[in-house]
Amino acid sequence: MAFIQLENVSVSFPVYSASNRSLKNRLIQSATGGQIRADTVSQRISVVEALQDINLKLENGDRLGLVGHNGAGKTTLLRVLGGIYEPNCGQVNVEGATVPLFDIALGMDQESTGYENIVLRGLFLGLTRRQIKERIDDIAEFTELGDFLNLPIRTYSAGMQMRLAFAVSTSVVPDILLLDEGIGAGDASFLDKARARLHRFTEQVSIIVLSSHANDLVRNMCNKAILMEHGRIVECGPTEEVLQVYEAQRENAKDRSKQAP
Amino acid sequence: MSTTAPHGGESPLLLQFRHGLRRDQFDKAIRDIRDGWARRELWMTLAFQDIRRRYRRSKLGPFWITISMGIMVMALGLLYGQIFRQDLHEYLPFLAAGFVIWGLVSTMIIDGCEAFIVSDGMIRQLNAPISIYAYKCIWSNLIIFAHNIWIFFGVALWYGIDLNWNLLWVPVALLVLVANGLWMSLFFGLLSARFRDVPLIIGSVVQVFFFITPVIWHPAMLPDRALLLDLNPFYHMVEIVRAPMLGQPPGLEHWLAVLLLGLVGWAVTLFFYSAYRWRIAYWV
Repeated sequence: MAFIQLENVSVSFPVYSASNRSLKNRLIQSATGGQIRADTVSQRISVVEALQDINLKLENGDRLGLVGHNGAGKTTLLRVLGGIYEPNCGQVNVEGATVPLFDIALGMDQESTGYENIVLRGLFLGLTRRQIKERIDDIAEFTELGDFLNLPIRTYSAGMQMRLAFAVSTSVVPDILLLDEGIGAGDASFLDKARARLHRFTEQVSIIVLSSHANDLVRNMCNKAILMEHGRIVECGPTEEVLQVYEAQRENAKDRSKQAP
Repeated sequence: MSTTAPHGGESPLLLQFRHGLRRDQFDKAIRDIRDGWARRELWMTLAFQDIRRRYRRSKLGPFWITISMGIMVMALGLLYGQIFRQDLHEYLPFLAAGFVIWGLVSTMIIDGCEAFIVSDGMIRQLNAPISIYAYKCIWSNLIIFAHNIWIFFGVALWYGIDLNWNLLWVPVALLVLVANGLWMSLFFGLLSARFRDVPLIIGSVVQVFFFITPVIWHPAMLPDRALLLDLNPFYHMVEIVRAPMLGQPPGLEHWLAVLLLGLVGWAVTLFFYSAYRWRIAYWV
Protein backbone atom coordinates (compact mmCIF):
# COMPACT_ATOMS: atom_id res chain seq x y z
CA MET A 1 0.00 0.00 0.00
CA ALA A 2 1.72 3.13 -1.21
CA PHE A 3 0.81 6.62 -0.24
CA ILE A 4 2.17 10.11 -0.69
CA GLN A 5 1.04 13.24 1.07
CA LEU A 6 2.65 16.64 1.01
CA GLU A 7 1.33 19.48 3.11
CA ASN A 8 2.47 23.08 2.65
CA VAL A 9 5.88 21.94 1.55
CA SER A 10 8.41 24.64 0.79
CA VAL A 11 12.00 24.25 -0.26
CA SER A 12 14.49 27.06 -0.46
CA PHE A 13 18.08 26.88 -1.55
CA PRO A 14 20.82 28.97 -0.11
CA VAL A 15 22.89 30.38 -2.94
CA TYR A 16 26.45 30.83 -1.82
CA SER A 17 29.03 32.99 -3.43
CA ALA A 18 32.66 31.90 -3.32
CA SER A 19 33.35 34.03 -0.25
CA ASN A 20 30.31 32.61 1.51
CA ARG A 21 31.82 29.21 1.01
CA SER A 22 34.94 30.10 2.88
CA LEU A 23 35.17 29.37 6.57
CA LYS A 24 38.10 31.78 6.85
CA ASN A 25 36.04 34.65 5.46
CA ARG A 26 33.16 33.66 7.64
CA LEU A 27 35.24 33.83 10.78
CA ILE A 28 36.85 37.12 9.84
CA GLN A 29 33.45 38.47 8.97
CA SER A 30 32.00 37.59 12.34
CA ALA A 31 35.00 39.08 14.10
CA THR A 32 34.62 42.39 12.31
CA GLY A 33 30.82 42.19 12.15
CA GLY A 34 28.90 45.44 12.10
CA GLN A 35 31.89 47.60 11.34
CA ILE A 36 31.83 47.44 7.60
CA ARG A 37 28.13 47.34 7.26
CA ALA A 38 27.81 47.82 3.54
CA ASP A 39 30.09 44.90 3.00
CA THR A 40 28.26 42.48 5.27
CA VAL A 41 24.93 43.32 3.69
CA SER A 42 26.15 42.56 0.19
CA GLN A 43 27.55 39.28 1.43
CA ARG A 44 24.29 38.02 2.80
CA ILE A 45 23.21 34.73 1.40
CA SER A 46 20.37 34.98 -1.06
CA VAL A 47 17.79 32.27 -1.12
CA VAL A 48 16.06 30.67 -4.06
CA GLU A 49 12.55 29.52 -3.33
CA ALA A 50 12.47 26.33 -5.36
CA LEU A 51 9.13 25.07 -4.05
CA GLN A 52 6.43 26.99 -2.30
CA ASP A 53 3.36 25.68 -0.55
CA ILE A 54 3.06 22.40 -2.31
CA ASN A 55 0.05 20.30 -1.39
CA LEU A 56 -0.26 16.93 -2.96
CA LYS A 57 -1.94 13.62 -2.26
CA LEU A 58 -1.36 10.43 -4.20
CA GLU A 59 -2.68 6.94 -3.66
CA ASN A 60 -2.42 3.48 -5.16
CA GLY A 61 -2.72 3.48 -8.93
CA ASP A 62 -1.93 7.14 -9.38
CA ARG A 63 0.32 8.10 -12.27
CA LEU A 64 1.26 11.71 -11.94
CA GLY A 65 2.92 13.78 -14.63
CA LEU A 66 4.84 16.92 -13.74
CA VAL A 67 4.98 19.54 -16.47
CA GLY A 68 6.33 23.05 -16.61
CA HIS A 69 9.33 24.71 -18.12
CA ASN A 70 12.90 24.51 -16.92
CA GLY A 71 13.41 25.68 -13.40
CA ALA A 72 9.75 25.36 -12.48
CA GLY A 73 10.66 23.02 -9.62
CA LYS A 74 9.84 19.63 -11.14
CA THR A 75 13.14 17.97 -10.32
CA THR A 76 13.20 19.51 -6.85
CA LEU A 77 9.75 18.11 -6.21
CA LEU A 78 10.89 14.66 -7.33
CA ARG A 79 13.84 14.88 -4.97
CA VAL A 80 11.56 15.84 -2.11
CA LEU A 81 9.36 12.85 -2.88
CA GLY A 82 12.43 10.63 -2.96
CA GLY A 83 13.54 11.88 0.44
CA ILE A 84 16.73 13.36 -0.99
CA TYR A 85 15.78 16.91 -0.12
CA GLU A 86 14.12 17.55 3.16
CA PRO A 87 11.89 20.60 2.92
CA ASN A 88 12.41 23.73 5.03
CA CYS A 89 8.85 23.61 6.17
CA GLY A 90 5.77 21.49 5.68
CA GLN A 91 5.05 17.82 6.10
CA VAL A 92 6.16 15.03 3.81
CA ASN A 93 4.55 11.68 4.33
CA VAL A 94 5.65 8.94 1.96
CA GLU A 95 4.76 5.32 2.58
CA GLY A 96 6.20 2.54 0.49
CA ALA A 97 9.55 1.59 -0.99
CA THR A 98 10.57 4.47 -3.19
CA VAL A 99 13.03 4.26 -6.07
CA PRO A 100 14.17 7.43 -7.77
CA LEU A 101 15.30 6.50 -11.28
CA PHE A 102 16.72 9.78 -12.47
CA ASP A 103 19.69 8.25 -14.19
CA ILE A 104 19.36 4.53 -14.75
CA ALA A 105 23.12 4.21 -15.24
CA LEU A 106 23.98 5.86 -11.92
CA GLY A 107 26.90 4.16 -10.25
CA MET A 108 27.88 1.93 -13.16
CA ASP A 109 31.60 1.38 -13.21
CA GLN A 110 33.40 1.28 -16.55
CA GLU A 111 36.16 -0.99 -15.31
CA SER A 112 33.90 -3.63 -13.82
CA THR A 113 32.37 -6.47 -15.77
CA GLY A 114 28.75 -6.63 -16.79
CA TYR A 115 27.98 -9.06 -14.00
CA GLU A 116 29.70 -6.88 -11.42
CA ASN A 117 27.72 -3.92 -12.65
CA ILE A 118 24.48 -5.84 -12.28
CA VAL A 119 25.39 -6.40 -8.64
CA LEU A 120 26.41 -2.78 -8.23
CA ARG A 121 23.24 -1.36 -9.73
CA GLY A 122 21.23 -3.81 -7.66
CA LEU A 123 22.86 -2.57 -4.48
CA PHE A 124 22.07 0.98 -5.51
CA LEU A 125 18.45 0.02 -5.91
CA GLY A 126 18.44 -1.25 -2.35
CA LEU A 127 18.70 -4.98 -3.02
CA THR A 128 20.92 -7.25 -0.99
CA ARG A 129 23.55 -9.40 -2.65
CA ARG A 130 21.45 -12.45 -2.07
CA GLN A 131 18.42 -10.91 -3.74
CA ILE A 132 20.57 -9.92 -6.68
CA LYS A 133 21.93 -13.43 -7.01
CA GLU A 134 18.39 -14.71 -7.29
CA ARG A 135 17.66 -12.41 -10.19
CA ILE A 136 20.96 -12.31 -11.96
CA ASP A 137 20.19 -15.06 -14.50
CA ASP A 138 16.94 -13.44 -15.35
CA ILE A 139 18.60 -10.07 -15.87
CA ALA A 140 21.49 -11.52 -17.86
CA GLU A 141 19.10 -13.34 -20.15
CA PHE A 142 17.09 -10.23 -20.79
CA THR A 143 20.10 -8.14 -21.78
CA GLU A 144 21.04 -10.69 -24.51
CA LEU A 145 24.64 -9.74 -23.90
CA GLY A 146 25.83 -13.31 -23.36
CA ASP A 147 29.57 -13.61 -22.87
CA PHE A 148 29.99 -9.87 -22.98
CA LEU A 149 28.81 -9.85 -19.40
CA ASN A 150 32.20 -11.18 -18.39
CA LEU A 151 33.97 -8.18 -19.93
CA PRO A 152 34.42 -4.74 -18.44
CA ILE A 153 31.62 -2.51 -19.63
CA ARG A 154 34.03 0.01 -21.10
CA THR A 155 34.22 -2.43 -24.01
CA TYR A 156 30.46 -2.10 -24.54
CA SER A 157 28.74 0.20 -26.97
CA ALA A 158 26.51 2.90 -25.53
CA GLY A 159 23.46 0.85 -26.50
CA MET A 160 24.74 -2.24 -24.75
CA GLN A 161 25.43 -0.31 -21.57
CA MET A 162 21.95 1.11 -21.78
CA ARG A 163 20.46 -2.40 -22.06
CA LEU A 164 22.30 -3.51 -18.99
CA ALA A 165 21.23 -0.49 -16.95
CA PHE A 166 17.68 -0.86 -18.18
CA ALA A 167 17.50 -4.55 -17.39
CA VAL A 168 18.71 -4.12 -13.81
CA SER A 169 16.67 -1.03 -13.09
CA THR A 170 13.45 -2.69 -14.17
CA SER A 171 14.13 -5.87 -12.22
CA VAL A 172 12.98 -4.48 -8.89
CA VAL A 173 9.44 -3.32 -8.64
CA PRO A 174 9.18 -0.53 -6.08
CA ASP A 175 5.98 0.78 -4.56
CA ILE A 176 6.72 4.28 -5.72
CA LEU A 177 8.71 5.08 -8.83
CA LEU A 178 10.08 8.55 -9.51
CA LEU A 179 11.16 9.25 -13.06
CA ASP A 180 12.88 12.22 -14.58
CA GLU A 181 12.28 12.26 -18.34
CA GLY A 182 11.22 8.61 -18.53
CA ILE A 183 13.43 5.63 -19.22
CA GLY A 184 15.24 5.32 -22.52
CA ALA A 185 16.21 1.88 -23.72
CA GLY A 186 18.77 1.69 -26.49
CA ASP A 187 18.51 0.45 -30.05
CA ALA A 188 15.42 -0.29 -32.12
CA SER A 189 15.59 -4.09 -32.20
CA PHE A 190 15.74 -4.09 -28.45
CA LEU A 191 13.03 -1.52 -28.18
CA ASP A 192 10.00 -3.80 -28.60
CA LYS A 193 11.24 -6.16 -25.97
CA ALA A 194 12.10 -3.24 -23.72
CA ARG A 195 8.71 -1.68 -24.22
CA ALA A 196 6.98 -4.87 -23.18
CA ARG A 197 9.13 -5.16 -20.07
CA LEU A 198 8.70 -1.50 -19.25
CA HIS A 199 4.97 -1.89 -19.59
CA ARG A 200 4.89 -4.88 -17.28
CA PHE A 201 7.19 -3.05 -14.87
CA THR A 202 5.17 0.14 -14.68
CA GLU A 203 1.94 -1.82 -14.39
CA GLN A 204 3.12 -3.33 -11.13
CA VAL A 205 4.26 -0.10 -9.51
CA SER A 206 1.67 1.45 -7.21
CA ILE A 207 2.50 5.10 -7.76
CA ILE A 208 4.52 6.70 -10.53
CA VAL A 209 5.58 10.31 -10.64
CA LEU A 210 7.06 11.34 -13.95
CA SER A 211 8.60 14.65 -14.80
CA SER A 212 8.87 15.28 -18.51
CA HIS A 213 8.99 17.79 -21.29
CA ALA A 214 7.58 15.22 -23.69
CA ASN A 215 3.85 15.83 -23.45
CA ASP A 216 3.03 12.67 -25.38
CA LEU A 217 4.85 10.57 -22.84
CA VAL A 218 2.89 12.21 -20.05
CA ARG A 219 -0.32 11.66 -21.99
CA ASN A 220 0.42 7.96 -22.46
CA MET A 221 1.51 7.21 -19.00
CA CYS A 222 -0.27 9.47 -16.58
CA ASN A 223 -3.82 9.85 -15.40
CA LYS A 224 -3.11 13.01 -13.42
CA ALA A 225 -0.88 15.96 -14.04
CA ILE A 226 0.46 19.03 -12.34
CA LEU A 227 1.58 22.19 -14.04
CA MET A 228 4.31 23.95 -12.12
CA GLU A 229 5.57 27.48 -12.36
CA HIS A 230 8.08 29.29 -10.16
CA GLY A 231 7.96 26.50 -7.62
CA ARG A 232 4.20 26.55 -7.28
CA ILE A 233 1.45 24.28 -8.50
CA VAL A 234 -0.63 26.39 -10.87
CA GLU A 235 -2.83 23.69 -12.35
CA CYS A 236 -3.74 20.27 -11.11
CA GLY A 237 -6.16 17.72 -12.49
CA PRO A 238 -6.68 15.10 -15.20
CA THR A 239 -3.77 14.92 -17.63
CA GLU A 240 -5.60 16.22 -20.67
CA GLU A 241 -6.92 19.36 -18.97
CA VAL A 242 -3.59 20.30 -17.47
CA LEU A 243 -1.75 19.69 -20.70
CA GLN A 244 -4.18 21.87 -22.57
CA VAL A 245 -3.54 24.74 -20.20
CA TYR A 246 0.21 24.15 -20.50
CA GLU A 247 0.16 23.99 -24.29
CA ALA A 248 -1.99 27.10 -24.53
CA GLN A 249 0.50 28.88 -22.31
CA ARG A 250 3.36 27.88 -24.53
CA GLU A 251 1.51 29.01 -27.63
CA ASN A 252 0.89 32.38 -26.00
CA ALA A 253 4.51 32.76 -25.10
CA LYS A 254 5.52 31.88 -28.66
CA ASP A 255 3.13 34.45 -30.14
CA ARG A 256 4.35 37.11 -27.81
CA SER A 257 7.96 36.52 -28.72
CA LYS A 258 6.99 36.71 -32.41
CA GLN A 259 5.23 40.04 -31.93
CA ALA A 260 8.13 41.60 -30.12
CA PRO A 261 11.20 40.66 -32.10
CA MET B 1 11.78 30.06 -9.13
CA SER B 2 12.01 33.43 -7.53
CA THR B 3 14.82 34.92 -5.56
CA THR B 4 14.04 36.62 -2.31
CA ALA B 5 15.99 38.15 0.50
CA PRO B 6 16.53 36.09 3.64
CA HIS B 7 13.45 35.66 5.78
CA GLY B 8 12.57 38.82 7.65
CA GLY B 9 15.11 39.94 10.15
CA GLU B 10 16.17 36.46 11.14
CA SER B 11 19.30 35.11 9.58
CA PRO B 12 18.95 31.88 7.63
CA LEU B 13 21.54 30.41 9.92
CA LEU B 14 19.30 30.84 12.93
CA LEU B 15 16.32 29.43 11.10
CA GLN B 16 18.29 26.40 10.04
CA PHE B 17 19.48 25.86 13.53
CA ARG B 18 16.01 26.03 14.99
CA HIS B 19 14.77 23.60 12.38
CA GLY B 20 17.65 21.25 12.96
CA LEU B 21 17.58 21.08 16.72
CA ARG B 22 14.15 19.62 17.08
CA ARG B 23 13.84 16.23 18.69
CA ASP B 24 12.71 14.51 15.50
CA GLN B 25 15.77 15.79 13.69
CA PHE B 26 17.95 14.11 16.28
CA ASP B 27 16.04 10.86 15.82
CA LYS B 28 16.46 11.17 12.08
CA ALA B 29 20.20 11.68 12.44
CA ILE B 30 20.47 8.55 14.57
CA ARG B 31 18.33 6.63 12.11
CA ASP B 32 20.49 7.85 9.25
CA ILE B 33 23.62 6.50 10.89
CA ARG B 34 21.93 3.22 11.77
CA ASP B 35 20.39 2.73 8.33
CA GLY B 36 23.72 3.64 6.79
CA TRP B 37 25.25 0.71 8.62
CA ALA B 38 22.50 -1.53 7.27
CA ARG B 39 23.54 -0.62 3.73
CA ARG B 40 27.05 -1.91 4.30
CA GLU B 41 26.99 -4.15 1.25
CA LEU B 42 26.68 -1.03 -0.84
CA TRP B 43 29.40 1.08 0.74
CA MET B 44 31.80 -1.79 1.08
CA THR B 45 31.43 -2.43 -2.63
CA LEU B 46 31.83 1.25 -3.45
CA ALA B 47 34.96 1.55 -1.31
CA PHE B 48 36.47 -1.51 -2.88
CA GLN B 49 35.66 -0.24 -6.33
CA ASP B 50 37.24 3.13 -5.54
CA ILE B 51 40.51 1.48 -4.68
CA ARG B 52 40.41 -0.81 -7.65
CA ARG B 53 39.79 2.13 -9.93
CA ARG B 54 42.82 3.90 -8.56
CA TYR B 55 45.06 0.97 -9.47
CA ARG B 56 43.24 -0.29 -12.52
CA ARG B 57 45.09 -2.23 -15.14
CA SER B 58 48.29 -2.33 -13.16
CA LYS B 59 49.63 -5.82 -12.53
CA LEU B 60 50.29 -5.34 -8.86
CA GLY B 61 47.05 -3.50 -8.31
CA PRO B 62 46.52 -2.24 -4.77
CA PHE B 63 49.84 -3.72 -3.73
CA TRP B 64 51.37 -0.57 -5.07
CA ILE B 65 50.13 0.92 -1.82
CA THR B 66 52.23 -1.61 0.06
CA ILE B 67 55.28 -1.04 -2.09
CA SER B 68 55.25 2.74 -1.90
CA MET B 69 54.72 2.63 1.83
CA GLY B 70 57.57 0.11 2.13
CA ILE B 71 59.96 2.33 0.20
CA MET B 72 58.95 5.31 2.27
CA VAL B 73 59.51 3.49 5.55
CA MET B 74 62.88 2.11 4.45
CA ALA B 75 64.15 5.46 3.21
CA LEU B 76 62.96 7.41 6.23
CA GLY B 77 64.12 4.67 8.59
CA LEU B 78 67.65 4.59 7.26
CA LEU B 79 67.93 8.37 7.11
CA TYR B 80 66.39 9.28 10.45
CA GLY B 81 67.98 6.28 12.14
CA GLN B 82 71.31 7.93 11.24
CA ILE B 83 70.23 11.43 12.18
CA PHE B 84 68.84 10.38 15.54
CA ARG B 85 71.60 7.77 16.03
CA GLN B 86 69.08 5.06 16.70
CA ASP B 87 69.53 1.33 16.78
CA LEU B 88 67.71 0.13 13.66
CA HIS B 89 66.59 -3.03 15.44
CA GLU B 90 64.30 -0.92 17.54
CA TYR B 91 63.84 2.13 15.40
CA LEU B 92 62.67 0.55 12.17
CA PRO B 93 59.77 -1.49 13.64
CA PHE B 94 58.78 1.57 15.67
CA LEU B 95 58.81 3.74 12.55
CA ALA B 96 56.99 1.17 10.40
CA ALA B 97 54.22 0.74 12.97
CA GLY B 98 53.88 4.46 13.57
CA PHE B 99 53.87 5.30 9.90
CA VAL B 100 51.23 2.75 8.97
CA ILE B 101 48.94 3.90 11.77
CA TRP B 102 49.57 7.54 10.99
CA GLY B 103 48.54 6.78 7.41
CA LEU B 104 45.23 5.39 8.61
CA VAL B 105 44.44 8.19 11.06
CA SER B 106 45.43 11.06 8.79
CA THR B 107 43.67 9.80 5.68
CA MET B 108 40.52 9.06 7.65
CA ILE B 109 40.38 12.76 8.47
CA ILE B 110 41.59 14.12 5.14
CA ASP B 111 39.38 11.85 3.03
CA GLY B 112 36.61 12.38 5.54
CA CYS B 113 36.52 16.04 4.56
CA GLU B 114 35.75 15.02 1.00
CA ALA B 115 33.33 12.24 1.95
CA PHE B 116 30.22 14.13 0.88
CA ILE B 117 31.74 16.48 -1.68
CA VAL B 118 33.08 13.78 -3.98
CA SER B 119 29.81 11.87 -3.92
CA ASP B 120 27.65 14.85 -4.86
CA GLY B 121 26.16 13.10 -7.89
CA MET B 122 25.03 10.11 -5.88
CA ILE B 123 23.76 12.19 -2.98
CA ARG B 124 21.44 14.08 -5.29
CA GLN B 125 20.13 10.97 -7.02
CA LEU B 126 20.09 8.20 -4.50
CA ASN B 127 17.67 8.02 -1.61
CA ALA B 128 20.12 6.32 0.71
CA PRO B 129 21.17 7.43 4.20
CA ILE B 130 23.80 10.08 3.81
CA SER B 131 26.05 8.42 6.37
CA ILE B 132 26.94 5.71 3.82
CA TYR B 133 29.45 8.11 2.28
CA ALA B 134 31.24 8.46 5.60
CA TYR B 135 31.23 4.69 6.10
CA LYS B 136 32.55 4.23 2.61
CA CYS B 137 35.40 6.63 3.28
CA ILE B 138 36.39 4.81 6.47
CA TRP B 139 36.15 1.43 4.81
CA SER B 140 38.41 2.32 1.89
CA ASN B 141 40.99 3.59 4.35
CA LEU B 142 40.77 0.33 6.27
CA ILE B 143 41.37 -1.59 3.06
CA ILE B 144 44.48 0.49 2.42
CA PHE B 145 45.57 -0.07 6.01
CA ALA B 146 45.18 -3.81 5.50
CA HIS B 147 47.68 -3.53 2.64
CA ASN B 148 50.11 -1.40 4.59
CA ILE B 149 50.18 -3.39 7.79
CA TRP B 150 52.28 -6.06 6.04
CA ILE B 151 55.16 -3.62 5.92
CA PHE B 152 55.19 -3.64 9.67
CA PHE B 153 54.99 -7.41 9.92
CA GLY B 154 57.79 -7.71 7.37
CA VAL B 155 60.04 -5.37 9.34
CA ALA B 156 59.05 -6.98 12.64
CA LEU B 157 59.91 -10.46 11.40
CA TRP B 158 63.18 -9.29 9.87
CA TYR B 159 64.36 -7.80 13.11
CA GLY B 160 62.87 -10.62 15.15
CA ILE B 161 60.77 -8.34 17.28
CA ASP B 162 58.85 -9.93 20.12
CA LEU B 163 55.24 -10.31 18.95
CA ASN B 164 53.36 -11.35 22.06
CA TRP B 165 49.86 -11.55 23.46
CA ASN B 166 49.65 -7.78 23.66
CA LEU B 167 49.04 -7.98 19.92
CA LEU B 168 45.47 -8.91 20.75
CA TRP B 169 44.91 -5.30 21.76
CA VAL B 170 45.49 -4.15 18.20
CA PRO B 171 42.05 -5.03 16.79
CA VAL B 172 40.34 -3.46 19.80
CA ALA B 173 42.40 -0.30 19.43
CA LEU B 174 41.66 -0.22 15.71
CA LEU B 175 37.97 -0.47 16.41
CA VAL B 176 38.19 2.54 18.71
CA LEU B 177 40.19 4.43 16.08
CA VAL B 178 37.59 3.66 13.45
CA ALA B 179 34.81 4.81 15.75
CA ASN B 180 36.69 8.08 16.06
CA GLY B 181 37.30 8.18 12.32
CA LEU B 182 33.59 7.90 11.67
CA TRP B 183 32.66 10.97 13.66
CA MET B 184 35.52 12.87 12.09
CA SER B 185 34.35 11.91 8.65
CA LEU B 186 30.76 12.89 9.40
CA PHE B 187 31.73 16.12 11.10
CA PHE B 188 34.43 17.36 8.77
CA GLY B 189 32.54 16.05 5.76
CA LEU B 190 29.55 18.13 6.81
CA LEU B 191 31.64 21.19 7.49
CA SER B 192 33.47 20.84 4.18
CA ALA B 193 30.25 20.48 2.24
CA ARG B 194 29.30 23.93 3.47
CA PHE B 195 32.70 25.61 3.64
CA ARG B 196 34.88 24.56 0.78
CA ASP B 197 38.13 25.73 2.31
CA VAL B 198 37.85 23.31 5.23
CA PRO B 199 39.63 20.43 3.42
CA LEU B 200 42.55 22.77 2.75
CA ILE B 201 42.67 23.98 6.34
CA ILE B 202 42.45 20.44 7.72
CA GLY B 203 45.07 19.28 5.25
CA SER B 204 47.64 21.75 6.49
CA VAL B 205 46.75 21.19 10.12
CA VAL B 206 47.23 17.45 9.75
CA GLN B 207 50.57 18.03 8.07
CA VAL B 208 51.76 20.07 11.01
CA PHE B 209 50.63 17.33 13.36
CA PHE B 210 52.68 14.80 11.45
CA PHE B 211 55.81 16.57 12.61
CA ILE B 212 54.78 17.24 16.19
CA THR B 213 53.44 13.71 16.69
CA PRO B 214 56.01 11.07 17.61
CA VAL B 215 55.90 9.04 14.41
CA ILE B 216 59.42 9.44 13.10
CA TRP B 217 60.81 10.39 16.47
CA HIS B 218 60.44 8.61 19.77
CA PRO B 219 58.62 10.29 22.68
CA ALA B 220 61.64 9.40 24.82
CA MET B 221 63.77 11.72 22.68
CA LEU B 222 61.90 14.68 24.11
CA PRO B 223 63.86 16.01 27.13
CA ASP B 224 60.87 16.23 29.45
CA ARG B 225 57.37 15.22 28.58
CA ALA B 226 55.99 18.37 27.12
CA LEU B 227 52.42 19.50 27.26
CA LEU B 228 52.66 19.57 23.49
CA LEU B 229 52.70 15.80 23.57
CA ASP B 230 49.93 15.15 26.06
CA LEU B 231 47.53 17.55 24.41
CA ASN B 232 48.11 16.07 20.99
CA PRO B 233 45.18 13.76 20.20
CA PHE B 234 47.10 12.20 17.33
CA TYR B 235 49.78 11.00 19.72
CA HIS B 236 47.25 9.06 21.77
CA MET B 237 45.51 7.68 18.70
CA VAL B 238 48.77 6.42 17.26
CA GLU B 239 49.99 5.10 20.60
CA ILE B 240 47.01 2.88 21.46
CA VAL B 241 47.64 0.85 18.30
CA ARG B 242 51.42 1.13 18.13
CA ALA B 243 52.23 0.00 21.66
CA PRO B 244 50.59 -3.44 21.38
CA MET B 245 52.06 -3.87 17.90
CA LEU B 246 55.49 -3.47 19.43
CA GLY B 247 54.56 -5.92 22.16
CA GLN B 248 54.08 -3.36 24.90
CA PRO B 249 51.10 -3.38 27.27
CA PRO B 250 48.40 -0.78 26.57
CA GLY B 251 48.88 2.59 28.25
CA LEU B 252 45.93 3.65 30.33
CA GLU B 253 46.34 7.40 29.77
CA HIS B 254 46.34 6.97 26.01
CA TRP B 255 43.22 4.87 26.11
CA LEU B 256 41.46 7.36 28.33
CA ALA B 257 42.47 10.22 26.04
CA VAL B 258 41.20 8.46 22.92
CA LEU B 259 37.95 7.38 24.56
CA LEU B 260 37.41 10.93 25.76
CA LEU B 261 38.11 12.24 22.28
CA GLY B 262 35.57 9.79 20.90
CA LEU B 263 32.95 10.77 23.44
CA VAL B 264 33.33 14.51 22.94
CA GLY B 265 33.70 14.09 19.20
CA TRP B 266 30.53 12.05 18.87
CA ALA B 267 28.58 14.46 21.06
CA VAL B 268 29.61 17.45 18.94
CA THR B 269 29.08 15.52 15.73
CA LEU B 270 25.61 14.34 16.68
CA PHE B 271 24.69 17.90 17.55
CA PHE B 272 25.80 19.25 14.19
CA TYR B 273 24.68 16.20 12.27
CA SER B 274 21.14 16.47 13.54
CA ALA B 275 21.13 20.20 12.89
CA TYR B 276 22.56 20.17 9.38
CA ARG B 277 22.35 16.62 7.99
CA TRP B 278 19.28 17.50 5.93
CA ARG B 279 21.14 20.40 4.33
CA ILE B 280 23.99 18.35 2.93
CA ALA B 281 22.05 17.41 -0.20
CA TYR B 282 21.54 21.12 -0.87
CA TRP B 283 25.15 22.05 -0.26
CA VAL B 284 27.06 19.51 -2.31
